[in-house]
Amino acid sequence: SLSRQTARSVSVDLNNDASLLIDIPDALCERDKVKFTVHTKTTLSCFQKLDFSVPRQHEDFIWLHDTLVETEDYAGLIIPPAPPKPDFESPREKMHKLGEGEATMTKEEYSKMKQELEAEYLAVFKKTVQVHEVFLQRLSSHPILSKDRNFQIFLEYDQDLSVRRKNAKETFGSFFKNMVKSADEVIISGIKEVDDFFEQEKTFLLDYSSKIKDSTAKAEKMTRSHKNVADDYIHISATLSSLSVDDNTKVEGRVASDEELKLTELLRYYMRDIQAAKDLLYRRARALADYENSNKALDKARLKSKDMAQAEEHQQQCLQKFDKLSESGKRELTSFKGRRVVAFRKNLIEMAELEIKHAKNNMALLQGCIELLKSN
Amino acid sequence: MSQTDMAANSQRNPPPFPGSEDQDPLSEMADGDSDEGEDIFVGNRNPVAARTESFQPNTANGEEPADLFSEEDSGPAARSSNSPPGYKSSGVHSDDDSDLFAEASMELAGGGPSTAAKPSEAEAGPSPTTRKSTTQPMSMEQLEEDEVKDNFELDVAVTNPEKIGDGMNAYMAYKVSTVTTLPMFRNRTFSVWRRFSDFLGLYEKLSLKHSLNGCIIPPPPEKSVVGMTKVKVGKEDSSSADFVERRRAALERYLQRVVSHPSLLQDPDVREFLERDELPRAVSTQALSGAGFLKMINKASDAVNKMTIKINESDTWFDDKLQEVESEELQLRKLHTVVESLVNHRKELCGNTAVFAKSIAMLGTSEDNTALSRALSQLAEVEDKMEALHQAQAASDFFIFAELLADYIRLLGAVRGCFEQRMKAWQRWQESQSTLQKKREAEAKLLWANKPDKLQQAKEEITEWEGKVTQYERDFDRISVTVRKEVLRFEKEKSKDFKSQLVKYLESFLQSQQRLIKFWEAFLPEAKAIA
Repeated sequence: SLSRQTARSVSVDLNNDASLLIDIPDALCERDKVKFTVHTKTTLSCFQKLDFSVPRQHEDFIWLHDTLVETEDYAGLIIPPAPPKPDFESPREKMHKLGEGEATMTKEEYSKMKQELEAEYLAVFKKTVQVHEVFLQRLSSHPILSKDRNFQIFLEYDQDLSVRRKNAKETFGSFFKNMVKSADEVIISGIKEVDDFFEQEKTFLLDYSSKIKDSTAKAEKMTRSHKNVADDYIHISATLSSLSVDDNTKVEGRVASDEELKLTELLRYYMRDIQAAKDLLYRRARALADYENSNKALDKARLKSKDMAQAEEHQQQCLQKFDKLSESGKRELTSFKGRRVVAFRKNLIEMAELEIKHAKNNMALLQGCIELLKSN
Repeated sequence: MSQTDMAANSQRNPPPFPGSEDQDPLSEMADGDSDEGEDIFVGNRNPVAARTESFQPNTANGEEPADLFSEEDSGPAARSSNSPPGYKSSGVHSDDDSDLFAEASMELAGGGPSTAAKPSEAEAGPSPTTRKSTTQPMSMEQLEEDEVKDNFELDVAVTNPEKIGDGMNAYMAYKVSTVTTLPMFRNRTFSVWRRFSDFLGLYEKLSLKHSLNGCIIPPPPEKSVVGMTKVKVGKEDSSSADFVERRRAALERYLQRVVSHPSLLQDPDVREFLERDELPRAVSTQALSGAGFLKMINKASDAVNKMTIKINESDTWFDDKLQEVESEELQLRKLHTVVESLVNHRKELCGNTAVFAKSIAMLGTSEDNTALSRALSQLAEVEDKMEALHQAQAASDFFIFAELLADYIRLLGAVRGCFEQRMKAWQRWQESQSTLQKKREAEAKLLWANKPDKLQQAKEEITEWEGKVTQYERDFDRISVTVRKEVLRFEKEKSKDFKSQLVKYLESFLQSQQRLIKFWEAFLPEAKAIA
């Protein structure tokens, strides 16, 4: 079980509205499964109680996300990206290797590596809790989504949610949908845009999306290398401990895991968020295509003088839908922009401050060591 | 060129291109790696003329007396104001981070820029003796004072690697400079040019003479056919530069260890090596290259271990000590492997950071918020600087830390070697005793058989072997004393060495953290300016 401190770095201005406050104060890790404790404090009358908690699994979050995506009414909204599955693969593999190699290392080395791995495990844990929490908080701070009935069920329903979750057939359906969606970029770029705002957004999002994907991947590689260096230091310091040298390891290791939490996480999060924004553009593009098709159908109907009323109505609906999507889309994308800028700012500041703090710690440690060595 | 010209010039110029007197073409071929030269400076044979400011000690601190390592023995007046920051001569003073390679690269300005660029943060090598955290350069008074204190009257440095000649016959020449107060030398400061095979030759001579006494002979750096060939062939890249620098530093440490050994310092071969203008080419250095010799020793010690001969003695000091040495060697090997892994990982980190920096810069150009865009490109610059930091740290990891471990792994091999020698001496003594015993038994038999002539011979042999037994026992006692003394001295030196190197390493780390702080502190306002 784990009690964690708040360190929300990927999104800001969440969870400020006292009428609905959500957090994940606690989480339990059992083998592969993580059980999150979702805690709600609310003044809204739609809820049965004022302060309550429910246990939820990762799959419940995915269910909630997918339900929202599939809701027609929300087509004009950016649905917050689903939190990624908790991935303990890396520390678990390392723990396994460590166990195998225990015989070849000294007791001290082993305990240090174990400590380091436990810290890594903890970092992964913190990350996954954070990202699940942010997902919920994005919903709760959205004027429309916070009122979603399924969201409320998610927060409140004190039985196991798995009944409501997808069965196999439905899963396949959404898988297929995702396949089609991967062509969204083509569709989006193919659209003949009349609206300047969307024209700009389209260009920006497509470009930014590929670049942030690239940066995320490279940030991940960089932090992995940093971790390797930190691990080497653990081995070194364990072997050198007879010469009473310092603990470079804690220092390098911590920098690596903090960088991990900050910059890489920021990029990773916005990579997914950008995708959500692109999804919105995609839906709007589809709506436009539908509208254009309905126009053609109407013309045809007029020509044939058949089913004109039906075609007209259909055309009107398409137009309405398209307009609604455009209007809400514009709002969403603008606030998305602002949100992104603020989050980057907060994150970059925190990262710079952390680097400085750790370097100062390192310096103190190093100076202490140097004094010690020189004085002997 | 006349003889006198050559003599006069040899102080300044590298030895003439082989093709003259002492070159043995066969040994050149066979000896894939004698100092055959790295062709970093195409045809750069005479840079010396431009280099009168070499080895300026730290004039900023003002205390240096004579210009220790320049060609002319000129005083401070000769130093120009833009001489490079102090040449850090070994063992004389401080952990002054003055850039040895700044001057090297300045001098070789006519040649390739690649040589000295990389390891600019590496230090000149460990000091065999560590001054007590003094940061002052040595004045004459201090030198004398310390003479009394540390008995260390000679400093030696290896610098200015230069490629002589071209192609496969090329070799690398190194300048060996000495500062000393010892009367046995002709001058107080002097320099000569030496090539790698000269160093090996020195080792060979010293081993032949001293190892049988139980001395720990410092092993020279290893040969490297691959490294040298690349250099000969003229590959002007950072790996060649690294190789040359690594070798230069290793040769310097080797010499420093030799001269800090009180008995070896007295050896005329050492004196000749340091002082004599031209050394006869050391041939057949293949057989007794450091690695080759050590291999012999290792084989021998393996053989002995297999025979599990134990010296029957009440004093367990030697046995215990040998076990300590063996286990320490194992530890160091393990550590060395990890440090090598560290160097590689850090190089990887370097590469990944550079790639990331580019990616973030691209992201910045794509970003439509102006302030954020600018911050991202600033971030890219910071990450670029971080890459340089990692690069420097990797060099430090390698040149300070990894090389220290590699040196001591070899040295511990040499220590085992001298235990070996003691074991052999003991064996010789034991065998002579048993031979004596046999002779006595033979005599007794002859007495019974009553053969007077043979008896006489037997008596003579007994006397001979009695003498040998006494001789070998004395030898054994003497070598035991030497080994004990050597090991104790070695341990002291090792502890000092490790300490000073670790301090250097940590200090380089400290420096990099300081710079890191500066970078991020400069970035912070940019991040805060995002709106």
